[in-house]
Amino acid sequence: MAGAAPTPPGDMMQMHAKDVAPKADPAEAAPLLALDGIVKTFPGVRALSEVELRLYPGQVTALVGENGAGKSTIVKILTGIYQPDAGEIRLDGRPVHFPTAQDATRAGITAIHQETVLFDELSVAENIFVGHAPRTRMGLIDWPEIRRRAREILDGIGARIDPDVKLRELGIASKHLVAIARALSVDARVVIMDEPTAALSQKEIEELYELVETLKAQGKAILFISHKFDEIFRIADRYTVFRDGQFVGGGPISEVDHDGLVRMMVGRSVDAIFPARTSAPGDEVLSVEGFCHPTEFDGISFTLRRGEILGFYGLVGAGRSEFMQALFGITKASAGTIRIGGMEIRIASPADAVRNGIVYVPEDRGKQGAITALPIFQNVTLPSLARTSRKGFLRLAEEFSLARRYTERLDLRAASLDTEVGMLSGGNQQKVVVAKWLATKPRVIILDEPTKGIDIGSKAAVHEFMAELAAEGLAVIMVSSEIPEILGMSDRVIVMREGRMVAELEGDDLSPETLVRHAAGIAEGDTHA
Amino acid sequence: MLKRLASSREALLVAAIGVLLVLISTRFPTFAAPSNLANVFNDTAPLMILAIGQMMVILTRCIDLSVAANLALTGMVVAMLNVAMPGLPIAVTLGLSLALGAVMGMANGLLVWKLDIPPIVVTLGTMTIFRGIIFVISGGDWVNSHEMSAAFKAFPRADLAGLPVLSWIAIAVIAAAGLFMARTALGRAFFAVGGNPNAAVYTGLDVGRSQFWAFTISGALAGLTGYLWVARYAVAYVDIAGGFELEVVAACVIGGISIAGGIGSVGGAVLGALFLGVIKNALPVVNISPFWQLAISGTAILIAVAVNARSTRSKGRIILKRAEQPA
Amino acid sequence: MTTTDRHIPDRLQSPLQTRLKSWETLLLVVAVAIFIANSFASPYFLNAWNLSDATFNFTEKAMIAFAMALLIISGEIDLSVASIIALASTAMGAAVQYGAGTPELIAIGLGVGLLCGAFNGALVTGMGLPSIVVTIGTMSLFRGISYIVLGDQAYGGYPSDFAWFGRGYVWWVISFELVLFAVLAVIYAVILHKTNFGRAIYAIGNNPTGALFSGIRVARIKFILFLLTGLMSGVAAICLTSRLGSTRPSIAFGWELEIVTMVVLGGVSILGGSGSIPGVVIAAFVMGLVTFGLGLLNVPGIVMSIFIGLLLIGVIALPRLWSRMRRA
Repeated sequence: MAGAAPTPPGDMMQMHAKDVAPKADPAEAAPLLALDGIVKTFPGVRALSEVELRLYPGQVTALVGENGAGKSTIVKILTGIYQPDAGEIRLDGRPVHFPTAQDATRAGITAIHQETVLFDELSVAENIFVGHAPRTRMGLIDWPEIRRRAREILDGIGARIDPDVKLRELGIASKHLVAIARALSVDARVVIMDEPTAALSQKEIEELYELVETLKAQGKAILFISHKFDEIFRIADRYTVFRDGQFVGGGPISEVDHDGLVRMMVGRSVDAIFPARTSAPGDEVLSVEGFCHPTEFDGISFTLRRGEILGFYGLVGAGRSEFMQALFGITKASAGTIRIGGMEIRIASPADAVRNGIVYVPEDRGKQGAITALPIFQNVTLPSLARTSRKGFLRLAEEFSLARRYTERLDLRAASLDTEVGMLSGGNQQKVVVAKWLATKPRVIILDEPTKGIDIGSKAAVHEFMAELAAEGLAVIMVSSEIPEILGMSDRVIVMREGRMVAELEGDDLSPETLVRHAAGIAEGDTHA
Repeated sequence: MLKRLASSREALLVAAIGVLLVLISTRFPTFAAPSNLANVFNDTAPLMILAIGQMMVILTRCIDLSVAANLALTGMVVAMLNVAMPGLPIAVTLGLSLALGAVMGMANGLLVWKLDIPPIVVTLGTMTIFRGIIFVISGGDWVNSHEMSAAFKAFPRADLAGLPVLSWIAIAVIAAAGLFMARTALGRAFFAVGGNPNAAVYTGLDVGRSQFWAFTISGALAGLTGYLWVARYAVAYVDIAGGFELEVVAACVIGGISIAGGIGSVGGAVLGALFLGVIKNALPVVNISPFWQLAISGTAILIAVAVNARSTRSKGRIILKRAEQPA
Repeated sequence: MTTTDRHIPDRLQSPLQTRLKSWETLLLVVAVAIFIANSFASPYFLNAWNLSDATFNFTEKAMIAFAMALLIISGEIDLSVASIIALASTAMGAAVQYGAGTPELIAIGLGVGLLCGAFNGALVTGMGLPSIVVTIGTMSLFRGISYIVLGDQAYGGYPSDFAWFGRGYVWWVISFELVLFAVLAVIYAVILHKTNFGRAIYAIGNNPTGALFSGIRVARIKFILFLLTGLMSGVAAICLTSRLGSTRPSIAFGWELEIVTMVVLGGVSILGGSGSIPGVVIAAFVMGLVTFGLGLLNVPGIVMSIFIGLLLIGVIALPRLWSRMRRA
C-alpha cells in the first residue's frame, strides 16, 4: 500500500508556517466532517500529530502536502483502515468511530484510493459491490440487480466497460474507473479522492472533473488529494496543507496563491532544494534502440552519457518503471538493442545487468529495493559477495568494511550495521539501496522515484548525492513524477505517455507547462496551466 | 463466448471425463451403463464432499491437511457411541458428526485467525493430534461391523429413488455449496479474501474471520463424511482414510482451484473428484492393475497445476491501449 | 556524502548474546529436560546401546531435513521426499535382481534421488509452479511408479556388504548412520551459515523479489536446492534400504510430514527466510528422544504423534500468545 509506512519528520527544522497560513474560518458553515487533534504513531514514527481537517457539504477541499506528509494516513483513518491513537472525528457534530472499513462505508464515507485496491479475479460488477451487495428478500445476493446498477453507475461516469468481464482483463485506466464506480455505488455523503487523476488520460480527467461538479451539486463533501496545482486551483473550494504529519494551514482556495501553497507544503522556497550542478556530460555510456514490450511500452530509444542525469517524466502508469525493469532484466522486452560503451549486450536477468554495470533503485523500496528483514551490511554486500568472500566462503570483516565504506559515504544514520533495514526511515532505507549498488561500481544507475515517501531533509540529501554521483562520471537515469525534481535535477528529460516516448526536452524547452502538456497529451495552447 | 467456454476448467474436465468414458465403453460397454455410473458417483461421494470443503479453505489462501484425520476421529467417535447406545437416532448421529467435525475445524481456524500460524503448520499438527486421539479413545481396537447397529450401517446405503442416501447427501452438499458460494456474502468473501487480502481489508472484509469459517465448514463436512464412511465400510479404526487428505487436495487442484487463492468453483472441485473417481473405478475394468492409480493421479495433478498456472499468469499493467481487450 | 566522524558500530550485541536468546537455546533446554525426564522415567534409558539404537529413529529423516531446511528457508517445500526414497529404493531393488553390486546400488540410489530432485526443480523454477502442489503431485507419481513396479511384492536379496550402511558401526556404539548424520550436519551448517550460497538462500526466502532485484539468480539457486533435497532423499534411501534389507512400495510412508515437522520444530519459518541447521539438529534429537523415551514406557507410537503435534503447534503458538498477552 502506498504510504503505508510514513516516514518520520527527520531532523529538519521547523518552519514558521503558521503565520503564513490563514487559519480556516469555521464560522461560515457547519462542517459535515470534522477531525481534531488526530494523532497516529507507528513504531518509531509519528505519522500524524494533532492534525485537524474540515469537510463542508457541497464543497471540494483539497488536501495538499508532500509525500510522507500524512495524507494517506488520514485517508486510512477516515476509511477505517487505521485507528487513530488520539483525537476526535465528528460527523454532523456527533463523535464517530470506524473500527472497520465497513463502519466507515456505513457512515457514508467512501474513498477512491491512490492505488486500485480491487479484485482481479472478480467481475467488474462484483468489484463495485463487494461488501455491500444488494440482497433479495431471501437474504441472498441479487445478481441481476448488481449487474443493472453497475451498468447504471458505469454509464453515469461515461465508462464504457462491460460489467460482466473480469477485472484482470482491463487496463490500468479502466481499473481506475471501476474504483471510482465502486466509490459511487454507496450512497455516500463524504467522497475521498486520493490522486484520482494520476493514471487517467486528459479526456478521462475532464470527465472526472464533471463528475466532481455533479457530486458537489448533490451536496456531498469531497476531499481531493492531488499533486497537480492547476487541478487544485480549478476544482477545489478550500484547501488544507499537511507537512511532516502536522497541520500547517487551510482556508478558502481564493485566499491563497500558487507560491503561498508551495511555501506551506515545503516550508521553504522551492529553488533552494536542489543542488547547483554544472553539467558536462562526457562520452556515451548507454544507448537503447527500439525497445518494445507486448503490453507495457513501445519504441523506446535514447542515449546516455557519462556524468549526465537523464530524467524520465510522465503520469503514473505511463510505462516508465516497466521500461526500466526491462532494461534491468526483470521483464523481457520483445525487441530492441542495448549498447554499453558501444558494445551490444544482452540482458536476460538482473544479474546480467549488474555485470554490465547497469543497476536499478526501484520505486518500491520495501518489496523490491531492500530485503528489510536482513541487516544493513548484508543488504549492502548482497550483489558484491563475490568480492567480499573467498572461494564462496563469507568473510564478515570484509563485508562490514565494504558496507561501512559506502554507507558512510552516503551519511547513513543507523544504530549499527547489524540493524535490520526495516527499522530505518524511508530516507535511510533508500541510502542502503543506493549504497548496495555503488559498492558494485556501476556505470549506469537508474533511480525510480528516488524521493517518494522520503521526508524533506533526506530528500535534499538524496538530490545532493545524485549530483555528486553524476559529477564523478556516473550516468544517472531518474524516473520521477515530481516536476520540481525533474526540472531541478535533469540535464535532459524524456516524457512518456501510455507506454511511448512523446518528447525529449532539453535546456529552454524544459518548463512545467511543456512537461504537463506532453505527459497528458494536450495540444499546444490548450493548457489550463 | 466459445473461447470462454473452452478455457473454462469445468468444460475441460467434463470433456476429459466424457472422452475417458467413451474410450472405456468402446471396449467395456457395461462401464458407461447408468447403474455403473451411479456406482462410480456413489463411490466418489466422500471425496466430492471433502473436496468442496477443501475448496473453500484453499480459496482463502489456506490449506487443510487435517480433513482425513478429522473424518477418522469423528467416524470413530460415532461408531463407539453407536456401540454404547445402539438406539441413538440417526439424525442425532448426523448432527453430532457435523458438530464434532465443525469443532475440529474451528480449532484449526482459530489458530490460523487469532494466532496467525501458517495453515500448513496448524493442520499438519492437528492431523497428527486427531489421529493420536483416535488411538487414545479406541485403545487401538477396531469397531467392527457386527458391533454396529443395523440402522447405523444401513443409512448411507439405503435406497432413495434409485440412488443410495450417500449419493443424495453428496448431491445436497453440492447444491447447498453452489448456492452458498454464489449467493451469500460469506461465500463471495472467500473469493475476495483469497484473491486480494489487501483489498479485502479496504472493503471491510475480515480476512482471518473468513478463513475461520472456511475451516469450520471444511471441518463440518469432514465430520459428516466421517460417519458416512464408517457406516458404509462398516468398520472404524485408527488408520481409516489414511493419506486421503492429499487425494482431496489433488481433486481440488485438478478441478482448477488455484493454490494461491481466489480462484475456484464448486463445479471444479466436484469434477476434479469425479475425474479421480472414474479413473479409480475404471482401472480394474480395463484390466490395469489398481497399483497404477497413484501414479495416474500424480500425473493428473502435475498436468492440472501446469494448466492452472498458464491461465492465471500475471498480465502486467497493460499500459499500451492496443493491448487492452475491447470491452 | 561527506564522511562524518559519527561512527556506526558494526554490531550492538555480540553474536554470542544473540545466540543465547535464540530458539535453538530454548530447544536445547527442552531436549535436556526430556533427556533427564526420560532417564528418571525408565531404568533402560541410560544405556549406551539403547541410546545408540534410538538414533536410528531420526538419522535418516534428519539427513533429508537438512536439505529440506535450506529449501524451506528459501520459501519452497518438497513433500515428495518420502516418495523419492520409495522410488530410489525400488530402483535399487530392481537392480539387485539384475545382479548389481553395492557400488552400482549406491550410484543408482543417488542418481534416482538427483533425477527426482531435478524433476521437481524444473517444474517449480522452470515453469513457475507452486512447489507445494508440484510436490504433492510428484509425491503420488514417484511412489505410484514404485507401486506399478512392485505391486504387493517386495524386493530383497541385497548383497551382504550393502547392509553396512544401515547396520554397520564405525566404532563401539557409533553407527555409520550417526557419523553420516554428524558429517552432513556440519556440511549443511557450513553451506547455510558460512557461504555466499547460504546468504543468498536467506535473501531469497525473506524477499524473493528483492533478491531478484539485487542480481541474485533466484531460479538457479532454488533449482540447486531441489537437487540437494533429492540427493539427500537418495542417501536416506540407501541407508533405510540397507537397514531394512528389503523394499516395499510403502517404504518411508508419511515421512515427508515428519521431516517437515522436524524442520519447523527446529525453528525454521515455514514462510521462509529464517532458521538454522543447529536448530534442526536439536529438533531431530528432541523427536528421537521423545519417540524413544515414550517407547521405553510402552507408549505406542501413535500417541507420541499427539505429543509431536502439540509440540509443533505449541512451540509456534506459545511465543505468539505470550507476546500478545504482554501487549494487552
